[in-house]
Amino acid sequence: MNANRIDMLREQITAVLQPTTLEIEDESHRHAGHAGAKSGMGHFRVKIVSERFEGLRPLQRHRLVYGAVAELMKTDVHALSIDARTPEENGTASP
Amino acid sequence: MTISERIKEQLNEFPVLLYMKGTPEFPQCGFSAQVVNALKSCSKRFAYVNILEDPELRQGLKDYSEWPTFPQLYVNGDLLGGSDIAIQMYESGELQKLLDELE
Repeated sequence: MNANRIDMLREQITAVLQPTTLEIEDESHRHAGHAGAKSGMGHFRVKIVSERFEGLRPLQRHRLVYGAVAELMKTDVHALSIDARTPEENGTASP
Repeated sequence: MTISERIKEQLNEFPVLLYMKGTPEFPQCGFSAQVVNALKSCSKRFAYVNILEDPELRQGLKDYSEWPTFPQLYVNGDLLGGSDIAIQMYESGELQKLLDELE
């Protein structure tokens, strides 16, 4: 189930943002017992490095990510912690 | 009054407004608690609304701000962000600066 969710997140984020780095971590266990966890929806931490973030403020970057996973936010994902960087900010820009 | 009119009215009234789960004394979510702590550390007054008590407002805000989760922190009517952004701005000192400039 959780592996599936990570796959789904990976697929949708990749389709929209073509990231050079994408790390997804399931943190649902850290929120067990809290109100949002009862729905069975998950908490995930994502680190995304993408050129699409260039020139965008954090708010706009997070909106892009939420937009990419909008359907999952309704059914499977309760909360996302987002670390959104450009390749340059991440120190991985290609010359 | 429609939901978006209610939201606009609240945002007009309070320059620093946190839509959160629970209250500052009893946050119902760790992310909401983190933003409350950041705001408290800035030693500025802020208003809050407990969206768990108002399902209509909760859904209305998601549509209004095109932001699917809570907490949501607004300054001068503009969405600053959720907990990731608020905490990041607190740690970099930007949040304090922004709140200082309000006065």
